[in-house]
Amino acid sequence: MKLKTFKIGGVHPPENKISANMAIQVLGLPKQVSIPLSQHLGAPSVPLVKQGDIVKTGTLIARKADAFISANIHSSVSGKVLRIDDVMDATGYRNKAIIIQVEEDVWEESIDRSPELKKDIDCSPEEIVKKIEDMGIVGLGGAAFPTHIKYMVSGDRKAPDTLIINGVECEPYLTSDYRLMLEKTDEIMVGITIMMKAAKTPKAVIGIEANKPDAIVKMQEKAKDYPGIEVIGLKVQYPQGAEKQLIKALVNREVPSGRLPLDVGVIVNNVGTAFAVYEAVQKNKPLIDRVVTFTGKKLKKTGNFLARIGVPSTMLLEATGETMPETTAKIISGGPMMGKAVSTLEIPITKGTSGLVILDEAEAKRIPTSNCIRCAKCASVCPMGLEPYLLQKLAYREYFDRCETEAITDCIECGSCSYTCPSSLPLLDYIRFGKSNVLRIQRERRPK
Amino acid sequence: MTNRLTISLSPHEKGDVQIEKIMWGVVIALIPAFLASVYYYGFQALRVIVVTLVFCIGLEYLIQKYVLKLKKITALDGSAAITGLLLAFNVPSSIPTWMLFAGSVFAIGIAKMTFGGLGKNPFNPALVGRAFMLASFPVQMTSWPVPMKNIWSLGADAVTSATPLGLLKEGVKAGETVQQLAHKMPSYLDMFLGNIGGCIGEVSALAILIGGIYMLYKKIITWHIPIFYLLSLGIFTGIFWLVNPAKFADPLFHILAGGAMLGAWFMATDMVTSPMSIKGQIIFAVMGGILCGAIRLLGTYPEGCSYSILIMNAFVPLIDKYAKPKRFGTEVNYGG
Repeated sequence: MKLKTFKIGGVHPPENKISANMAIQVLGLPKQVSIPLSQHLGAPSVPLVKQGDIVKTGTLIARKADAFISANIHSSVSGKVLRIDDVMDATGYRNKAIIIQVEEDVWEESIDRSPELKKDIDCSPEEIVKKIEDMGIVGLGGAAFPTHIKYMVSGDRKAPDTLIINGVECEPYLTSDYRLMLEKTDEIMVGITIMMKAAKTPKAVIGIEANKPDAIVKMQEKAKDYPGIEVIGLKVQYPQGAEKQLIKALVNREVPSGRLPLDVGVIVNNVGTAFAVYEAVQKNKPLIDRVVTFTGKKLKKTGNFLARIGVPSTMLLEATGETMPETTAKIISGGPMMGKAVSTLEIPITKGTSGLVILDEAEAKRIPTSNCIRCAKCASVCPMGLEPYLLQKLAYREYFDRCETEAITDCIECGSCSYTCPSSLPLLDYIRFGKSNVLRIQRERRPK
Repeated sequence: MTNRLTISLSPHEKGDVQIEKIMWGVVIALIPAFLASVYYYGFQALRVIVVTLVFCIGLEYLIQKYVLKLKKITALDGSAAITGLLLAFNVPSSIPTWMLFAGSVFAIGIAKMTFGGLGKNPFNPALVGRAFMLASFPVQMTSWPVPMKNIWSLGADAVTSATPLGLLKEGVKAGETVQQLAHKMPSYLDMFLGNIGGCIGEVSALAILIGGIYMLYKKIITWHIPIFYLLSLGIFTGIFWLVNPAKFADPLFHILAGGAMLGAWFMATDMVTSPMSIKGQIIFAVMGGILCGAIRLLGTYPEGCSYSILIMNAFVPLIDKYAKPKRFGTEVNYGG
């Protein structure tokens, strides 16, 4: 059988799914947690607590800002608020975070902590969206886009007809979505059913890459019990987990430049988000923990951990019982293709942390660059059909107007061009520079 | 743990395809043609190839080290070897060594290094070298030793033949028809295997085809340029052949004769001097094939392949400007 995939571009980096067989372990609690106020895309949340306040696990500690894109944040532990301070996070900048001293683990009474599967959905679509918003659910695939916004179908937009669930996990190394699909299959299915109800779509399609055959089989088995859900195996190709590419692969629709998935009648969410939605709607549990992969070739032990938000990443290392390998040269928050290199393991785990990857010197080393030999490999792997070699040159010379006409803002920053370049040119670095300048110019151009 | 962590932008993974891997891949693909040239032209072919290789790689090294004073010497990245091999393949086996030196200086020194080295040269260096030699040493560049004859004697052999294209051109000029010339012509099998007069590397279509298939298999090239080049050459010459079969040879003859195979598979596909998008490569190849046919049929030169590629090289920036890859999101499909 020919597996579905997207049509333009794509690469296949070594998969390195070292931690695939490690079952999800619950990570313990540290002495204190730092919960950043900006864990999601959009405006930072507004703190509702002050120094000395006593909070429980699940207490709302920061509300969604008044901006359109923002999300609630809840305490992931019980204890006393020490202070609100600047803390280094995965962005490399110091941002405001609520620091809580952990005392026992007392949960809010409203949260249902029983492990029983709750299949019946009592809420109306409006209540579901409200709940997703209240519980601070954001996309757990990495971008951390507040989930409720996707379900607010407004005015003239056509209602979506398909819900797309991303179980692709096309990033090398990461295995958190894979473990979740294997271990929380029913919960994910209920979560998807809830999201279908919220979006009023009769159909949901789950895309899973063919390198996870057991997850495909298990999800397909379970999907039989849930009407309208279909599981499709996809050919392994990066960046299939990118929204536009996944839509193309699963339902063969192309989201036009600058438009949203809703414009082609679909909503895309991650399997991890589906699980969080299940917990939020059925169990009243806010988004206070998530599955994080901790992995690296030189680590003797790797693992997938259910970690509370705000826990320092060093906890993951301690949980594996390891010390940092001598050769460590790079720590990545997220996957190696799109993740961020961080300067320390002290950074807190946030809603968007899908994993931490430890690379050694050989892997982290950037190869010296050479002239572009015009091999056109960058253009042939670009999933957006752009010409990275050209954009790189234009951005380097700061020809931002031409960058704009060459559609630099279509770039999804997947890194396939830099990955594949035989001259080892940091194409994406230049493209990012050009893209951010073009976006700035476009903002300035708008009438005030 | 080292206390020096690297902070850089994503991606943090790097594919393993490097320039050297691509370039030496092309060199490997040229081995069958190398073996064929030695098989048909013996010691002299070996001499031509070895000295050109040494000249090209050595000149690139000397220029990088002493003229440009570069810190990173890339003479062994394989690209100078390709230029050396292709230049050697594009001359007759009887060519004097000093002429090869002049050709190498022009190919590496003028056509490649003055523009900024690998990746910056607008024209294929080996073809520029060949064009220079053809213009400077027209007699030596067009006297063709007979293949498989006295090939292991160390002195230059005085016996020369003509290339099939040369025979045709002269014959037709003298008023003979293609049919009358047929008995002088080699068979298609000889042309396919390479048992004909010509430049040492271009004679064996079979050897070139093996190398081409290897490059396709290794994904060094895509099939578009060679196939469209040969197809367009075949169609262009075919139209003339259909109109006047007495004056013009058939398309298969044109595809097998001269440098068409070598040009289509190894020189038009040179990534530095060919367009970036598939669409552009097709335009480039089709135009190149037509030019090659036009020069052969309508020009004074019997052979047009190298010029057709050089001329199309000049059009590459223009083609790149207009032949863009298909962008995502242009195929608007709202589904249902």
